[in-house]
Amino acid sequence: MPTDQTLIQAEKVSRQYRLGEALIHAVNEVTLEIRAGEFVALLGSSGSGKSTLLNLLAGLDRPTSGAIHVRGRNLAALDSVELARYRRDTVGMVFQSFNLLPRMTLEENVELPLRLAEVERGEREARVAEALERVRLGGRRKHRPSELSGGEQQRGALARALVNRPAILFADEPTGNLDSVNGEQILLLLKEIQGSLGMTVIMVTHERPLAERFANRIVVLSDGRLVSNGAPS
Amino acid sequence: MKGRDLTELAVRNLREAVLRNSLTTLGVAVGVASLVAMLSLGVGLQTLASQRLNKSGLFDAVFVTSRGMRGMGGGPPRSNPVKREDTKPLDQAAREGFEKLPNVTEVYPQIRFFTDVRYAGSSYSTNVLGLPESSRSTGAFDGITGKYFSSPTADEAILQAEFAKELAPQPSTLIGKELVLHYAEKQTASTADVAKEKDIDKQLDEMMSGGISIVSREKKLRIAGVIESDPSAGIGGFGGGRVFIPLRVAEQLHVAGPNDVQEFVRAGGSGKPTYMALTVRVKSPKDVTRVEEAIKKMGFSTFSLLDATRSLRLVFTVFDLFLGLFGSLALTVASLGIINTLVMAILERRREIGVLKALGATDRDVRSLFFAEAGAMGLFGGIFGVALGWLIGQALTWGTTIYLRRQDLPGVKISFVPWWLALGAITFAVAVSLVAGLYPAARAARLNPVEALRYE
Repeated sequence: MPTDQTLIQAEKVSRQYRLGEALIHAVNEVTLEIRAGEFVALLGSSGSGKSTLLNLLAGLDRPTSGAIHVRGRNLAALDSVELARYRRDTVGMVFQSFNLLPRMTLEENVELPLRLAEVERGEREARVAEALERVRLGGRRKHRPSELSGGEQQRGALARALVNRPAILFADEPTGNLDSVNGEQILLLLKEIQGSLGMTVIMVTHERPLAERFANRIVVLSDGRLVSNGAPS
Repeated sequence: MKGRDLTELAVRNLREAVLRNSLTTLGVAVGVASLVAMLSLGVGLQTLASQRLNKSGLFDAVFVTSRGMRGMGGGPPRSNPVKREDTKPLDQAAREGFEKLPNVTEVYPQIRFFTDVRYAGSSYSTNVLGLPESSRSTGAFDGITGKYFSSPTADEAILQAEFAKELAPQPSTLIGKELVLHYAEKQTASTADVAKEKDIDKQLDEMMSGGISIVSREKKLRIAGVIESDPSAGIGGFGGGRVFIPLRVAEQLHVAGPNDVQEFVRAGGSGKPTYMALTVRVKSPKDVTRVEEAIKKMGFSTFSLLDATRSLRLVFTVFDLFLGLFGSLALTVASLGIINTLVMAILERRREIGVLKALGATDRDVRSLFFAEAGAMGLFGGIFGVALGWLIGQALTWGTTIYLRRQDLPGVKISFVPWWLALGAITFAVAVSLVAGLYPAARAARLNPVEALRYE
């Protein structure tokens, strides 16, 4: 039942793919409610549909059926421009493989969402500097991604996701390409940002210990279905 | 995304794959260069032909005769004889009337006579021709040995080289020397000289009768120059002469001609000189029609070669069109290069497109980015191509000039890149590049972000 605190309300959301003759139910009638300020972990094995659900909630993909309400707006009913604006203004994304653009410096990568949002040049510099300081990469702003370690790249990607001050941060396996030390640092940073900025964090992971340690709530998916939803034990 | 950001990103992307994008841009440049070189050749040849024809005096001149005249200026022979009262005399008053017409630069008669010339004790029979002041700018005297007339009233002569060789084996030694013109002067009752040289009874007799008389005269002339080629230019030109003198000097000589008796009768024995024909020179060929109509309204017959310039313009337009088509073929091939480069870029940058979309780029942003890259390649290729085309044109002019000089002919500028051609070629290159970028840009914009992000 949605409350005043409800940020995301997914109702019987399904996503099917046709693969030759077969119909794949990547996400199957998932109903889920996420409140503002929560740190939710979507947990499941490979192919369970957790990344597909994350993409649907982030507005990167559209559900085959069902509805996803974010702040009262149904993402399934938005046109492509409105959906792009939702991604630009409401959402920040961090990927497993960092996805920093190799031809740009770290600073330019972080500036990219501000360019897309048509933020004035004068304001951009300060916001980029602030985002990089927050992830403790102020000294690496002129470096290209290839000159950064994996952990630094992911922190850079996190700065890029934060620079537009989004309400929701989606992280798809953010520690998947990192060693345990760097992975833990990233999650500590995520937790810190969630606390300081009051941001909602939705993280996909297949590592239960990490999910139990950092998330407020764990949603478990299996074969596209939601199998459990609750606070970590 | 704002235009400036879009441009910055596009240029940055082009710089990253510098070799491939440079080669594609070079392809556009070669296409534009071939287009510019072809069209500059067309424009250059057209300009050259127009200049030569304009200088020839054929297309900026109206030839005027009185209505009663037949032959050269009078059009086809008339079936009905023209009545005397219909015929307006082509006299000094008519000449002054033509001079007052708008856009008329010069009105002059053609004065040509056959006479004797004496030099160093020998006598030579030859044609003498009066040159109007405008002949100075025809280009016919560009290769002159010595100088053109120092003034329109100078007692000077320019000799045609063949004739000069008859006077001296080394024509250049003639410059500054004196030759004497022997001619027959026509004297009418109104000629002032008559009073000086004849007794009063004879003068009175002539005035009463309105008669004319012929007197043998001499005129000393300083040789100012020698020209190699005959500055012949057909109707209304100055061809056929071997000794050239300023027209105003020729007019003052009052040389008697074979038509003087006919003229005298036509003038009704009034003694007022009339002209066989007058050449009315106008500022530019486009003024010919208006001046011609005005002169016709004044009651004279006119003739011009304006129709010939129209045909010439048509020929050159078709010529330019074909040159442009051939030039465009190279640009079309170059546009395929742009399509290929951008399609390859989409494949390579699939993941980047996915990231951009995940960060909030709209389809339009992605499309515009690829469009801007295609446009930038077109712009740089266009600018470089115009410069290259201009260089090719210069090389053609240079080569042609060397060839012509070896044939003892003056060099010509056969290639010319006007500002409209340079600007048009760059605009065309950008337009072609944008069209070439349509498909790749649309394809990039359509990419599904989830699939694009999955791409390795």
